[in-house]
Amino acid sequence: MSEHKDLKSVNEKMRSLMARTTHGRDDFEDLVIVPLFAVVVALVFGALIMLATAVDIPTIGRSFVALAVGSVGSLSAWSETLTAAVPLVLAGLGLGLGFRAGLFNIGAEGQLLMGGLAAVIAGFSLDFLPMVIHLPLTLLIGAAVGAGYAAIAGILKATTGAHEVISTIMLNLISFELLNWLLRQPWIQREGRSDPISKSVPDSARLPQLLDWISPNFRLHAGVFVMLLAVAFIWWLLFRSKVGFAFRTSGENPSAANYAGMKASLVIVLAMATAGALAGLAGAAQITGVLGRASPGFSAGIGFDAIAVALLGRSHPVGILFAGILFGGLEAGGRQMQVDAGVSIDLIGIIQALIIVFIAAPLLVRAIFPWGFRRSSKKEDAA
Amino acid sequence: MSDVTMTNQTQAQKLDSVAARKARIMGGILIALALLVIFVLHVVPGESATFRLTTRRDAIQIPDLVVPGAFNYVAAALLAFLGVRQFLQGGARWTSLSLGVGLAILVMAFLVWATAGKAFNLTSMLQAAVLASVPIALGGLAGVMSERVAVVNIAIEGMLLAGAFAGALIGSLLGGWIGLVAAILVGGSFGLLLAVLVVTFRMDQIIAGVVINLFVLGVTSYVSSQVFSEYRFLNNAKVFRQWEIPFLSDIPVLGPMLFDQNLFVYGAFILVGIATYYLFYTKNGLRARAVGEHPRAADTLGVDVYVTRYVHVTIAGMVAGFGGAFFTLGNVGRFEENMTNGRGYIGLAAMIFGRWHPVGALSAALIFGFADSIQRKLALLNTPIPSEFLAMAPYIATIIVVAGLVGRSRPPAADGKPYVKE
Repeated sequence: MSEHKDLKSVNEKMRSLMARTTHGRDDFEDLVIVPLFAVVVALVFGALIMLATAVDIPTIGRSFVALAVGSVGSLSAWSETLTAAVPLVLAGLGLGLGFRAGLFNIGAEGQLLMGGLAAVIAGFSLDFLPMVIHLPLTLLIGAAVGAGYAAIAGILKATTGAHEVISTIMLNLISFELLNWLLRQPWIQREGRSDPISKSVPDSARLPQLLDWISPNFRLHAGVFVMLLAVAFIWWLLFRSKVGFAFRTSGENPSAANYAGMKASLVIVLAMATAGALAGLAGAAQITGVLGRASPGFSAGIGFDAIAVALLGRSHPVGILFAGILFGGLEAGGRQMQVDAGVSIDLIGIIQALIIVFIAAPLLVRAIFPWGFRRSSKKEDAA
Repeated sequence: MSDVTMTNQTQAQKLDSVAARKARIMGGILIALALLVIFVLHVVPGESATFRLTTRRDAIQIPDLVVPGAFNYVAAALLAFLGVRQFLQGGARWTSLSLGVGLAILVMAFLVWATAGKAFNLTSMLQAAVLASVPIALGGLAGVMSERVAVVNIAIEGMLLAGAFAGALIGSLLGGWIGLVAAILVGGSFGLLLAVLVVTFRMDQIIAGVVINLFVLGVTSYVSSQVFSEYRFLNNAKVFRQWEIPFLSDIPVLGPMLFDQNLFVYGAFILVGIATYYLFYTKNGLRARAVGEHPRAADTLGVDVYVTRYVHVTIAGMVAGFGGAFFTLGNVGRFEENMTNGRGYIGLAAMIFGRWHPVGALSAALIFGFADSIQRKLALLNTPIPSEFLAMAPYIATIIVVAGLVGRSRPPAADGKPYVKE
């Protein structure tokens, strides 16, 4: 009897996640109240940490105002927020897809670096192509190299069982060294420079700026459409395609997937490669949209922040879109905060980590704010 | 009934074929290594490599070890023999041993090639290797302590970083010993936090670990850029010096390696000894391992699963905090952003390589430390290999180890699973 009920509730949850048209109170709590509380509590903790490091109260006030203004307070703030969100959402989609398939891929940072570097190389070496071919080709090459780099960890897991957490972390560290070495090679390094920096990507491979007709400071680029397309595609892939079904089944119940005849090792390699393709695309979008060239550590931790984005978005493409925009806003607002109030941007890292703690442990949020969840606790009592 | 035996048989065949395939792959790798030694690590005939074993100040002098360049031909022949044997016979039982011996030969050939025509102080490299392995060994030991009670501890990296930070801050204010205690306590409190998140709130263990790592990285980076950059005296601790153990430290090669080191090296060896005794020769250790293998059975027999997990994960945090203090109090005296740089994860790999056993983790850590110190010292020898590739060596070694041996070592049965009391 109770098993039957469990099955029903799981079914309901899945259906509402997919359709997202009819939310029960439970879904509302999980999808809206928990993240909302998480953000508020994290900001409060952030204020406490500032207090503990002898930042005075007016400065704390100013830094929160700067955080708000810098993220959503003006058109330029929105431009910065969305610009920062593009690679976060792209890489986050890949990681979320991996989580769905039961793979904890920490290697987005390295895949992003490799994909971005491949995009740079494709950008400056194929400059004879017209833009309609050059730009998509550059992005595709970035995605393909990211996919290949991630597939190493996938193949290792599928053939030998090496845990992907450790192998992807090692691949990250290897990619940092590889990037530093490649950037010093004469065919990549910019002429006349002794520091490790690549040649520039020509305009024919750059994602067009969207708002430069208002002010050249607005950095928003066409990557935002790539991001939206990717969200739609991954939603389709996960919830409407056979491959996505195999991914989700392998993640939720490996033995069921096995009995249904899904090849576990193939699913692992495919899921890793898809995740790597998205991370590589994120790197390529960052290169062709914002940076225009590669330098050591150009990924700036996006691959690690994307883990938080994927967790916050509950590994659902639409959730990841909103989570990415939130984190992009924190990033843009954090820069403003550093300029206006002199509070280090590293504070944003703490706030982000706290948000994930509260998201990933809903029980914890329920313990802190019992009044926010009256209905569900009653239901638990009744059950 | 016959169906069951059939599946068992096919499964056994499958396992056999997997093992045989793995053995053939390893054989192929060994043959490739032999070719590498012949064609890449080729020494000009007549040149030889000189390895210094003692310095002029040492009490007992032993002559330098001079290896002629022809050694590499012998090495290549040995590698080829091991590879061909492995490839043809596919002896699964000898796969790991062959690989281990093969890698050792490769390292020797590599050293001979890099030092050909030059001299190189082998003892100081080995001494540095032991030092470099300390945080990895302690990280691995922290992993053993928590995974033996079935809590996956990705947070070792964060605990090491927190220990390094606390050691630098408190060590600067109140002196090294209090700094060391603070590092252990801070590490322990993150262990406690991990236990709260995963045992009480049943958060996903890997996510909880990653979050702790992000949080510690955020807090320590924030404080070091917000506070340390302004008040430098807060980040200037006294370093624990080497303690020479009389007589023992005069033994050539071994003396400097093991008996002329600082507190952290001795601490790591002692802790590994204590942990081995505790886990495998005491009643409480047996209970802890039972919780890791079959929590329900342990619970039925009256072991409190939750308390056991809390205690051991907290101890793991304290061990990692002590290991973290090495970075600041045992090495440079100053905290820098993200100064652990992945050592915690390498510690996890050492734990897997060491088959969830303290001594195994220590041995694996020594190998990683060796790879690390080789790449540092070789950078000084001006080899034609770019320094970036040398720096990759420990990471590649980690991947090979995790991929090559994971099938042969078994984690505690309940590893990673939360326990719900009925």
